[in-house]
Amino acid sequence: MIYDKPLFLPAGDMGVVVELGDEISVEINRKVRSLTDALEQGSVPGVFDFLPTYRSVLVYYDPLTASASEVRSGIERLIEDERVAQTGARHIVHIPTLYGGDMGPDIAFVAQHSGIDEQEVVRIHSSSDYLVYMMGFSPGFAYLGGLDERLATPRLQSPRTEIPAGAVGIAETQTGVYPVPSPGGWQLIGRTPLKLFDPVRERPVLLSAGDFVRFVPLESQDAYDEILQQVDSGNYLVTEEHAQ
Amino acid sequence: MSKPTLHIVQPGMLSTIQDRGRYGYQRFGMPTAGAMDAFALRAANALLANEDNAACIEATVLGPRIELLADTRIAITGANVSPRLDGKPIPMWKAVPVREGSRLEFRGPSDGMRAYLAVSGGIDVPVTMGSRATYIKAAIGGVDGRPLSAGDVLNAFGNGSDSPASSAGFPPEAVPKYGTSHQLRVVLGPQNAAFTRAGIDTFLSASYTVSINSDRMGYRLEGAPIEHTDGPDVISDGTPLGGIQIPGDGQPIILLADRGTTGGYTKIATVISADLSKIAQAMPGHTVAFKAVSVEDAQEIHRRQEALLHSIKESASQAPRIAVVMDGSISDILGGDGKPLTLPTGGKTSAYTQSGTAHIDGEPFEFEITVRRLK
Repeated sequence: MIYDKPLFLPAGDMGVVVELGDEISVEINRKVRSLTDALEQGSVPGVFDFLPTYRSVLVYYDPLTASASEVRSGIERLIEDERVAQTGARHIVHIPTLYGGDMGPDIAFVAQHSGIDEQEVVRIHSSSDYLVYMMGFSPGFAYLGGLDERLATPRLQSPRTEIPAGAVGIAETQTGVYPVPSPGGWQLIGRTPLKLFDPVRERPVLLSAGDFVRFVPLESQDAYDEILQQVDSGNYLVTEEHAQ
Repeated sequence: MSKPTLHIVQPGMLSTIQDRGRYGYQRFGMPTAGAMDAFALRAANALLANEDNAACIEATVLGPRIELLADTRIAITGANVSPRLDGKPIPMWKAVPVREGSRLEFRGPSDGMRAYLAVSGGIDVPVTMGSRATYIKAAIGGVDGRPLSAGDVLNAFGNGSDSPASSAGFPPEAVPKYGTSHQLRVVLGPQNAAFTRAGIDTFLSASYTVSINSDRMGYRLEGAPIEHTDGPDVISDGTPLGGIQIPGDGQPIILLADRGTTGGYTKIATVISADLSKIAQAMPGHTVAFKAVSVEDAQEIHRRQEALLHSIKESASQAPRIAVVMDGSISDILGGDGKPLTLPTGGKTSAYTQSGTAHIDGEPFEFEITVRRLK
């Protein structure tokens, strides 16, 4: 449920959590995005950073510049201001992915668990556009919503000690991409040659909250390698689509 | 232009380059990192009239051994690590001139956990995503995103030859004493509503012990479990600096510089910014208790701390400047106002040192002049 009035929850003397609803939903997350877009334009004095999540925004402010109540009324004004309403345009980022084989060692398990074959796992996984609800956990990690329930699969019994960057996995009802190498228990079904996080790139993080992600199956290892080479040399142009 | 200034002979236990942290990228999942004890870092910078956000070395418990590669000035703050320059004790919380070739060493801390070494102008390492702070997990910031190691040479910006030659110091009464039992003032929230009355009472009355499993990411505390109303989970949201999350076992975890940007545990309260120093300087085994204050009170405390830092920086910046007129030999020593210097002006400072380069007949000469108040 979207709250009638947002809640302002103190987060110390320099932060406030602006909570807009009480559940994970596309509608509430859209409100979060509207507020984020407005904050991005720097329209509330004192605000120096903010962090949007599923249903709230953690706003950092300098109390020497603006008091808690000034920040609050500034944010309330943004929320009420209809000019910051979402346009509804979708920004879809294509993530080329090589499914199965060495790149997706758990795809057989996911297929078996779902009672379908591997090709069907690929078809279902690559036919939805996934909303980036929020970024977090590690640099460049996107919390995606919209996994088809047929693919929901429990985590590994015993987590892997290292999962490579670019690994595409499933855990329960979530799907996602590991941006940096890390331990983890997700079922790995494929891998993308794209770098979701590259600190020296002009845009270090590929995805932003509010984007949509579309996994695009690659035909072969050669296709993967070719993209990887372009990515490494800085020549790969990420496919991005703007749709209504 | 920066020049090689610090040669790390031995790195110590965990020495990293830090500034105030990487802000503006949390929305992409990037932790801020930055100094654990931001007050000590900023105090060290203020003493040298550095930029507030200049990069320093954060030394953990056992500090590094350093050879100076240039004449400059340093300031050491934070944990009391009994610094020695060429074997002789030097003061902390004070700007100290140092000479090329000198060796700087630290003892194990007698009070506190983390010491900060600032150098004139700040340390010059590449800026990544708006900050020089080392974040080891993602291997960014500092020197190749890693702790300092033996053989590293760090450049510093310096303040140019016209740098104020003050030996600015901290008011003795303002130098923190960390001790072994820490009372942390907190603002309740964001999720204090997720706890029973008894849970909040426990949190504000019990004494907790700092666990050995404490690091730059967070401090784990052990003690009376804190009771939730309806379980420890919350829809993942942002984790403020100093946020105190209470997982299912009821044991508090204080989230610090290297914390993940988001988390799914209820946060009962947030440590006020002025008290983050205390927890950053706490060692495993120390005790911690919490006291609730209002947002307004916390901001007033913050304001006073900022005013202190500001006044230190002001006095460091306004220290007398000394100009040297050279024409074959030194013909005049001028104060910052251009008038001939007769006495070091103001304060109780006993000596001003000035070094730089002067050209005589087109040939560069380095000079250093010390003006001492006679006892």
